[in-house]
Amino acid sequence: MSIEIRSAPHIKAPKSVETIMRHVVWSLMPVCAFFVFQYGLSALASLMVVTVSCLATERLIVRTGTQSGDISDYSAAITGLLLALSLPPGFPLWMGAVAGIVAIALGKALFGGIGFNVFNPALVGRAFVQAAFPQAIATYTPSFLPGRFHEMVPSSMTLPLMQPAAVADWLKAKHLDALAGATPLAKWKFEGILANADELLTSLSGHMAVGPSPALILVCGIYLAARRFMDWRIPAAILGSAGLTAWLLFALNDVRYPNPFFMLFSGGLILGAVYMATDMATSPVTPKGMWVYGALIGLLTVVIRYYSGLPEGVMYAILLGNAATPLIEKITQPTPFGKTAFALLGRQKKGASYSLHPGYISREDAGAVTPRKRFLSNKPKRDERKKPNE
Amino acid sequence: MKLLSYFRGEAFQRGVHPPSSKEATADLRIRRLPFPATVVVPLSQHIGKVPRPIVRVGQEVVRGQPIARTDDWLSVPHHAPVTGVVEFIGLRPGARGPWVESIVIRAHPGATQEDLWGQPRDMGAATGEEILQAIWDTGMVGLGGAAFPTHAKLTVPKQAKVHTLVVNGCECEPYLTCDHRVMVEQADDLVTGIRYAMRATGAVRTIVGIEDNKRDARDAVRAAIERAMKGPGGIPEGEVHAELVPTKYPQGSEKMLLMALFGVEIPAGSLPVSLGMVVNNVGTLAALGQLLPRGRGLTERVVTVAGPGVARPGNYLVPLGTPIRFLLEQAGAPPLGLNNGREIILGGPMMGQAAASLDVPVTKGVSGVLVMPGAELLAREGRKTYPCIKCAECVESCPMGLNPSTLGMLAAKREYDLMGSDYHLGECFECGCCSYVCPSNIPLVQQFRVAKQILREKAVAKQ
Repeated sequence: MSIEIRSAPHIKAPKSVETIMRHVVWSLMPVCAFFVFQYGLSALASLMVVTVSCLATERLIVRTGTQSGDISDYSAAITGLLLALSLPPGFPLWMGAVAGIVAIALGKALFGGIGFNVFNPALVGRAFVQAAFPQAIATYTPSFLPGRFHEMVPSSMTLPLMQPAAVADWLKAKHLDALAGATPLAKWKFEGILANADELLTSLSGHMAVGPSPALILVCGIYLAARRFMDWRIPAAILGSAGLTAWLLFALNDVRYPNPFFMLFSGGLILGAVYMATDMATSPVTPKGMWVYGALIGLLTVVIRYYSGLPEGVMYAILLGNAATPLIEKITQPTPFGKTAFALLGRQKKGASYSLHPGYISREDAGAVTPRKRFLSNKPKRDERKKPNE
Repeated sequence: MKLLSYFRGEAFQRGVHPPSSKEATADLRIRRLPFPATVVVPLSQHIGKVPRPIVRVGQEVVRGQPIARTDDWLSVPHHAPVTGVVEFIGLRPGARGPWVESIVIRAHPGATQEDLWGQPRDMGAATGEEILQAIWDTGMVGLGGAAFPTHAKLTVPKQAKVHTLVVNGCECEPYLTCDHRVMVEQADDLVTGIRYAMRATGAVRTIVGIEDNKRDARDAVRAAIERAMKGPGGIPEGEVHAELVPTKYPQGSEKMLLMALFGVEIPAGSLPVSLGMVVNNVGTLAALGQLLPRGRGLTERVVTVAGPGVARPGNYLVPLGTPIRFLLEQAGAPPLGLNNGREIILGGPMMGQAAASLDVPVTKGVSGVLVMPGAELLAREGRKTYPCIKCAECVESCPMGLNPSTLGMLAAKREYDLMGSDYHLGECFECGCCSYVCPSNIPLVQQFRVAKQILREKAVAKQ
């Protein structure tokens, strides 16, 4: 017969780290499926290779015993899927594998594993390959190519440590303009062509090389937010701030700057806002901080896109936001109950009547009795006596 | 965020909704329990000086007779829960682990549960002072669990003025239904107790706050108020209302209840009395309504015995000092083993503490005895503990608006001073919401308890 002693609380809510991460993976499944439908075999291979490389790296590092967590907590799977979704579908597979290894090893394990990483691991991986393979990462292929389920984009199967073959020739053979492979953002930045709303939202037209469908990502994000596996404030703040900034600039000069709708739905902004910036470990925990963090990322995204040499700015904006997170948290600590302005106001209206029954009568009017003296002779002095509290 | 919680119709911000698990006992009438062979009355059951025994070993005592007395204003006397012989005065197992000074009384076989001590008292004309003195004589403490002496709570400081008495009928802890049953079955006593408390404090209105999962209790209290109004003399003390508040944990905290009822935020570091309000538990006031006119002491209380390991869960009227072993035998709890029960909780599952031994007696502050089965515990143990992933669930659930995530990380680094100075650790009242929701399975509340204890010791050392 044994009795066990534990500390309260003795019951526990069902949600665990695995549950949260698993739901994020599930919610990414429709996005991945549509991505494969858009780009065919290359996209499928890219998703698989990058994810497997992330999982293998995680497993290997966990086995050294230097960090907690494991591949069973699904966090490495999320990193892999997001990384693959943020890369061009025809990205050479060996480079994708490198990106996965870097993401987990440098972006996560170096800091101590799950929960300790300062930067979003997927974006660390992407930033690495962006610097290492600038040519390959800028090469997109158009979506809905005929025969995409029978052959891969030639650049996918590049041998390790080799540079990919030029996709332009392959596209020419398919009677396609080499520029069909440009992203909407690159087209706008370098040629001044604005994409239409329907092309951006669903990416069903097939004339452009857009990433995973923003509309689908938004739907999946709403599911996550509704089930409270993700905080709705961060995407709301990012999209709000990016939209507002873009709209202001558009209002100032509508020739030079594109409309805010184009800003929001082109490139990786939606994917970044819904899935990348909301990474729990790298975003603030304070509710006010989430708004500040989101607003900062939104602003930085627009600034980088408009004024830098790069067509895309979401990745760097989020990484900068990650870096600012500890500072944001520090200045946005929540005000505790009883210390808000509301409570300080209440201190002044002492003895006032409150909303439930306004007909307050003073107790002298009611003829109530006041206990005047203590009922024990050896009473302690008022100052010494402890105040009663719960 | 304030606006958002207003639209959601919530009582106070944040908080959690654990499964209530009250169905098993909510509809069962309070049953009386027989006397155990011996009862153990620990001398220290509340804050203040420990009362000193006024009986000696071998002395015969009758039920209701004072057996320990004190002259400290913050302490209360104890009364013999059974008629019998004082067998032993000395150390016995206490709920927290260390043995505590207790009086052990062997019950006479066939001792009656009739209270044999005390004179009926005419409370109709009693003044506030007389009522406070009478409350002190009953040895009453808050029966909700905090066990703070009731007369001290009802004493209004000279410079303050009390206009409202709030009666706490929330019982937000899962499993517990003792206050619920008391409101349903002893509503008239409750109204009587409320009238005494109003006279003692000088309050002119009373609001009984009841969570909306206990509508029958609200109806019973309303009916009792109606009866008292129509009775001879009515309720001359003022108006009494029973109100529903949305169900949410930890509504039973007085600050949260006042927020739910009036929308007032008690400033940090001050008591409801600074805003002219006094909060008391329904069980306490119902017991006062019973004991004061009869001039008796507190010798028994209603205890919820429940949990997945109990065959006959219910609400039992238990003589104080009854060992938990006896209580569990009566309620049909299976013998403890690996697979059927391993943890005994005194109080509710969110804030109650695990009993260190089965010889621990029921004291004045024990509102429930819960048996948690091994299977449930094993499922919890199977869960891994992860590092904090900063999901912000705890920040979203802390009713006091603290940041348990950062506090937990500071506690892990032993930065206790920083926790107290910059992160408002002192505001934490250990409701357990953060640990309850934590997906990483981090024992946040336990870390905060340790931190607070260390800070308290540091403060003492400084003096």
